[in-house]
Amino acid sequence: MIEQIIFYFFAAILIISASMVITVRNPVHAALFLVLSFFSSAAIWLLLEAEFLAITLVLVYVGAVMVLFLFVVMMLDINLAPLREGFTRYLPVGILVAVLMLLFMALIVSSDSFNLNQAEGIKHAADYSNTAELGLILYTEYLYPFEIAGAILLVAIIAAIALTMRKSKTLKTPKPEQQVAVKREDRVRLVKMESEKRDT
Amino acid sequence: MFEFIRNNLLSPFVGSLFPASIEVQALYTLDALIKIIVILIPVLLGVAYLTYAERKIIGYIQVRIGPNRVGPLGLLQPIADALKLTFKEIIIPSGANKKLFIIAPILSLAPSLAAWAVIPFNDVAVLADINAGLLYILALTSLAVYGIIIAGWASNSKYAFIGSMRAVAQIIAYEIAMGFALVGVLIAAGSLNLGDIVRAQDGSLLHWFWLPLWPLFIVFFLAGVAETNRAPFDVSEGESEIVAGFHVEYGGMAFSIFFMAEYANMMLISILTAIMFCGGWLSPFQGVPFLGEPSIIWLLMKTSFFLFLFLWFRATFPRYRYDQIMRLGWKVFIPITIVWLVVVSVLVVAQIPPWFD
Amino acid sequence: MTITAELVFIVPEITLLVLACIILIADTLHIEKHATLTYWLAQIALIVIIFLVLIDFPDESKRLFFGNFVSDSMSGVLKVSICAITICVFFYSYDYLKEHELIKGEYFVLGLFAVLGMMVMVSANSLLTVYLGLELMSLSLYSMVAMHRESQTASEAAMKYFVLGALASGILLYGISILYGVSGTLELPALSAYIEAQSGNNILLVFGLVFVIVGIAFKLGLVPFHMWLPDVYEGSPTSVTLFVSTAPKLAAFAMAIRLLVDGMGPMAGDWQGMLIILSVLSMAAGNIIAISQTNIKRMLAYSTIAHMGFFMLGIASATQLGYAGSMFYVMIYALMIMGAFGMVILLGRKGYEADNLDDFKGLSDRSPWFAFIMLILMFSMAGVPPFIGFWAKWFVLKEIIANGYIWLATVAVILSVIGAYYYLRIVKLMYFDKPQQMTAIKASQEMRFILSLNGLSLLFLGFMPGALMTLCIRAIGY
Repeated sequence: MIEQIIFYFFAAILIISASMVITVRNPVHAALFLVLSFFSSAAIWLLLEAEFLAITLVLVYVGAVMVLFLFVVMMLDINLAPLREGFTRYLPVGILVAVLMLLFMALIVSSDSFNLNQAEGIKHAADYSNTAELGLILYTEYLYPFEIAGAILLVAIIAAIALTMRKSKTLKTPKPEQQVAVKREDRVRLVKMESEKRDT
Repeated sequence: MFEFIRNNLLSPFVGSLFPASIEVQALYTLDALIKIIVILIPVLLGVAYLTYAERKIIGYIQVRIGPNRVGPLGLLQPIADALKLTFKEIIIPSGANKKLFIIAPILSLAPSLAAWAVIPFNDVAVLADINAGLLYILALTSLAVYGIIIAGWASNSKYAFIGSMRAVAQIIAYEIAMGFALVGVLIAAGSLNLGDIVRAQDGSLLHWFWLPLWPLFIVFFLAGVAETNRAPFDVSEGESEIVAGFHVEYGGMAFSIFFMAEYANMMLISILTAIMFCGGWLSPFQGVPFLGEPSIIWLLMKTSFFLFLFLWFRATFPRYRYDQIMRLGWKVFIPITIVWLVVVSVLVVAQIPPWFD
Repeated sequence: MTITAELVFIVPEITLLVLACIILIADTLHIEKHATLTYWLAQIALIVIIFLVLIDFPDESKRLFFGNFVSDSMSGVLKVSICAITICVFFYSYDYLKEHELIKGEYFVLGLFAVLGMMVMVSANSLLTVYLGLELMSLSLYSMVAMHRESQTASEAAMKYFVLGALASGILLYGISILYGVSGTLELPALSAYIEAQSGNNILLVFGLVFVIVGIAFKLGLVPFHMWLPDVYEGSPTSVTLFVSTAPKLAAFAMAIRLLVDGMGPMAGDWQGMLIILSVLSMAAGNIIAISQTNIKRMLAYSTIAHMGFFMLGIASATQLGYAGSMFYVMIYALMIMGAFGMVILLGRKGYEADNLDDFKGLSDRSPWFAFIMLILMFSMAGVPPFIGFWAKWFVLKEIIANGYIWLATVAVILSVIGAYYYLRIVKLMYFDKPQQMTAIKASQEMRFILSLNGLSLLFLGFMPGALMTLCIRAIGY
């Protein structure tokens, strides 16, 4: 019973924060509400004994992606007012899409393969490790897709660097390794001059 | 002790109020609460006296005496500081985002305290003995930055904002190196559970992971120094450049919470280094009678040593320039960790004694 | 078989990935102005891959890696063709990029990764691998389009391509998730078996199918999901247009076959109708709008839409011969469009893109030989016998007539005749108009040679289409 209370508690937070993401005026607040909704979905995952997914969600999305997101949102100072102008105009389409998606979800979840009729979820033994199980399946059954996903991420890195890194021709940067390697002879020239006689 | 409380003191009391099934859960919760208090009070006391230690140690390094007025040897100084900060007014700057301004210090302290839940103090004493302990630690340490970002943004002040921007870039950079270092530990120990990681180091001083994972050990600790925004990586505070960085607008209790979070984080990083690379509660003299016994005292001694390093760094090194910090993080630490991951994997697969046989 | 034993079958993919990474590192370490080393290493890598596929050419269908990967003759033929086409594309690109000072080692590395994505798509045996291969390919292509940072049109094209491509991927993924949710399997043959067993009309499966087809249509650029195509073709550097318009079409063909035939074969009755509508719309819109274009890259984009419509007819016939006809069509199409964009590259020079129809005016005075090559290309695209383009159309038409869609064949022929107008207009411009400029064509000897070979191959293949067709039929027939 307590599990259910916890579930509904986090589900409520998830729904409220998710709707706040799209309704609040301030983009920074919206981003922070998104963080909150990630958190509550992580909590729901924990209830499903999927601790690896839950913690990874927090680690990757909350700990890295959203931090960078906030970084950009704070720097850009976006004015959301113009973005909202079409709200009422697009509302019917939005509602239609939402209803359709809801319908699909209901239909699929009620189809045979989900088997909602069974009363209890599968309970695992106390020594069940979600992380180990996931690791096992990722490196056997899904080895091939997993490696391709790695290649996709590599392409993303290459593309991001290739598209953003440009060497400005006018930019002058110090090169520490050269600065350190400088010897006295490079900078100082000792000049020996004959002393000259003063014109008298 | 918990058994005793459960059987004699609480059970008749709880049993009369709730049905039996809830009783078990209520007792479980109560048990967890007591454990939390037992862990948190020493941590907070440790934070208070770490500030004292810092002032004393840096004082001696700089040939001064440090605090010596309040109480014998100045030992009551932290209490006096705490009292002073508690009674100061919290000023909320005009134009600040009030809600976030108040939430920010809380967000900064909460993760650094929550992370202590999975820290094992000896073979059995751990609040939550979960499988994914290492991941949990990583996730929570990565959250600490939120307090800083929000504080910088909500203050509506240029210096604070610059501080928080610096903190974000720095923490993102060093978190990756830190994560990779932890992956190395994970490969070496074959488990994400912190207790199992310590048990995997069982043996003598040479069995501990600091030896096979030497570069990761160094990278982890230095990345930890950077993650806690301590000198020489304290650019987000940088009192000589941007006054006090992200918490320039904070005063009184709000400021002291940031302070506590920073010191709690330092203690966390130190105890993690001790657990993951230096054998946790294991004794360096294993096999010797009495001295060889594993004990929490060993853990605390190792932790204190790393805390001392934190203070020593601060007294010794000048602050890094910002681009040098980024360079060190991205171009030095991350490549080192990646290379060493390959080495560790080879060591593990080849079952090199004495660590991986 | 254990996973280790199965690795033998993905040696080409593994090699390509490893070589691409090595080339990337070599590119960063070896800095030079024209990325010559990277270019040659990329070419060598592709040749090695062709060699590796040919050595162990799959002659029977094998499903490996827990049903994620399939190795069959179709995948073998397509992999070899993709690599061969990419070699030519890199060849044309290298001259173009050097001339326009766009050259960067990453161009070739990303190209190799795109080829890897195509190879994954070609031998995908599960919904997951189809999607991942598609993403790997698309991501590389997006960034290749965006590589010309100074050009506003290129950035705009990249943005459109990326946003609409991501939307298409999202739609495809939604369809895939519906199919997975209903059937509980990601493997294509298992999905097919599930649909077979259902036998009734499961509305959810149809919905899943619709989303999948919309996703495919987006990627192929079929009307009404073609909006991105003309802008991307026009906006990107010609070398990238060349790449986007050739090899990925083969991969898209494979994706359509894998998803529709392997995965949802028993639903052929459902998807046939949808494909016919899409292809008729594409042929009509593509051919008619192309007439009013003055920019040759844009014109070729609309011609692509029309060709893709035509090629879809073969799949819509839902017979083995139809698929073979489509495969034949798409390979020939890749050859033709490669030559056409090769001509655009050939006529361009430093700081000048020959992408207007006017640039072709009086080409026969400037260079009779290349005017002739362009004539072959245009006749072939228009489907004039005896050029190979005619046979490509003929095989597809024969198959849809054999299946009783005589009206469809009639419509296709009428629309092709309309389309012939704008191809022949170029021929008219080349031979009967006065040239606007008399600058000599500046291109390397190798470029001239390969382009001539490209054009002449269409002529020679036109005299003996049988061999290639037999190859396609055997490849499809597993």
